[in-house]
Amino acid sequence: MSAVDVRNVSKHYGAVTALDRVSLAFPNGSFFALLGPSGSGKTTLLRALAGFVEPDEGMIFIDDQDVAHIPSFRRNIGMVFQNYALFPHMSVFDNVAFGLTVRRLPRAEVRQRVTKILELVRLDGLDRRKPRELSGGQQQRVALARALVTEPRVLLLDEPLGALDKKLRQDMQGELKRIQRTVGITTVFVTHDQEEALTLSDHIAIIDEGRLIQVGEPGDVYDRPHTRFAANFLGDANFLSGSVRDSGIMVDRLGYIATTSPLPAGEATIAVRPERIRLMAPDTATQDNRIEGRVAERVFSGASLTYTVDTDAGPLRVLRQNADGDVIDIGDRVALVWLADHSVVVED
Amino acid sequence: MNQARLTVLVSEGAGRLWLFLVLVFLYLPILVLAVMGLNDSVHYTLPFTFTTRWYEDLASNERLLQASFNSVAVALANTVIATILGTMAALAFARYRFRGRTVLQLLLFPPITIPWLIIGTSMLVLFFWTGIGRGLHAMLLGHVALSLPYVIIVVGARLASIGPDLEEAAASLGATPFQSLVRVQIPVMAPGIVAAALFAFAVSFDQFVISYFLAPPGVSVLPVEIFSAIRKGFTPEVNAISTIMIVISMTALLLFARLSKFGGER
Repeated sequence: MSAVDVRNVSKHYGAVTALDRVSLAFPNGSFFALLGPSGSGKTTLLRALAGFVEPDEGMIFIDDQDVAHIPSFRRNIGMVFQNYALFPHMSVFDNVAFGLTVRRLPRAEVRQRVTKILELVRLDGLDRRKPRELSGGQQQRVALARALVTEPRVLLLDEPLGALDKKLRQDMQGELKRIQRTVGITTVFVTHDQEEALTLSDHIAIIDEGRLIQVGEPGDVYDRPHTRFAANFLGDANFLSGSVRDSGIMVDRLGYIATTSPLPAGEATIAVRPERIRLMAPDTATQDNRIEGRVAERVFSGASLTYTVDTDAGPLRVLRQNADGDVIDIGDRVALVWLADHSVVVED
Repeated sequence: MNQARLTVLVSEGAGRLWLFLVLVFLYLPILVLAVMGLNDSVHYTLPFTFTTRWYEDLASNERLLQASFNSVAVALANTVIATILGTMAALAFARYRFRGRTVLQLLLFPPITIPWLIIGTSMLVLFFWTGIGRGLHAMLLGHVALSLPYVIIVVGARLASIGPDLEEAAASLGATPFQSLVRVQIPVMAPGIVAAALFAFAVSFDQFVISYFLAPPGVSVLPVEIFSAIRKGFTPEVNAISTIMIVISMTALLLFARLSKFGGER
């Protein structure tokens, strides 16, 4: 069963199409990432779920009710804003209690539910502070508690970790996942950070130019990108193009590259992840695919190194773990080898 | 002491002196006015002899007291009406897209720059033509029209710095538009609303030209009364009432400056 179901939703701003017939089902209890570059329409989709954007066409179901034209305040959603949007004139307690007091719940119940949710986000004891007296991470937790306390049907997060520094962001990723699992709420979040999408979510939708490019579990989308854009946006990729022959392609000046993906007729493009290619000495044994080249560039990033290898078909990037500390020198000849399984056919 | 330190000291001293001169320029006339209100001479001659008789006389000057009362009453009514209407207009400008919005926003500015004499004349003509006539009610109407652009601009500036996020947050939490207005937007806008109200009060309280045009014989407000008192021959009673008004308005301003540090600050 889907908690949230978007069917054929379009939104235009003048001549600009922000959403182009997007259909997307968000399974109950899933942690769903909407991933795309800025201006891709991912935020418009989230705001359409929240009720801040009214779609021109299509339907949006939350628990089998079409809410496409129902105002935000009747949708029973929870939302965490990019800058948190805490009410500056209210204490932490009043911020969190807001959703309950506008529903006119009895005072004792409000107090009990706010106390409980503040414990969940580990903010107990700070309930009398004003938002400006809190750190960024604490403000984030208040925003989360405020969104969850009303027990909404869906939780929406707009780049929730964007305003935090890297270390804090990693901590909050763990927290967010723990809280989402504890509450079991269907969660949709928008991000342009592919790493965040991969670590946090159990489903990813890649969006570009108002269109849905690919939907799936993070591992599937990463291993089997459908398009060049998807391969490039979620992770890094090398691309090789050529004419189809047998179960592979013939690349100009390079030769035959094998794949296990189904191939179209005529021309095809193959994507290979930099970490799936192994660098070997020039004369060693081969895997399914083997090409030779010369190391042109080396970027050291601590746990790993990225080599750029000049081949007859242009430069290819290879990622290598810094496991035993052996470093290949610039100018060395190397063989690049990988399995046919790791040659993924993508649409251009 | 080396050369550089000396230069710094000299330039700091010059800066202080300049600030002092500016303050003297601004406040000396007011100080003279207040001091002369406590001087015994009708003709403002020295030497200074302390007296409170002008303040005592004031208590029995019916015309001046009535004019002061009218001034305060019109200014307060104007403040309430202009602040409410102006805040509503500022909200509409900030949060809604409607036909003619840009043109209407542009039209806010000319009334600030058009000379009051011209606005006053046109109001007089209009009010006669429509049968509104002259009187305190006409003055109030004129003052509201004059204050509205100030209120809309001041509240609008505050709204622009807040953005639509808080309103959206309130809506996502289930607040109706009315709940959102009362519990979130008005408290957050409060410093802007208070500043706008002060503006509206000052615009009305200071207003001479329009009040003069719209005052029927026998009805007067303070600026008009002071003007006619000067024409008839000045007495230090005018100094006394002016001093009282300055003290009241400066107290209000200082209170606001103090209070606006609390509440809706982000």
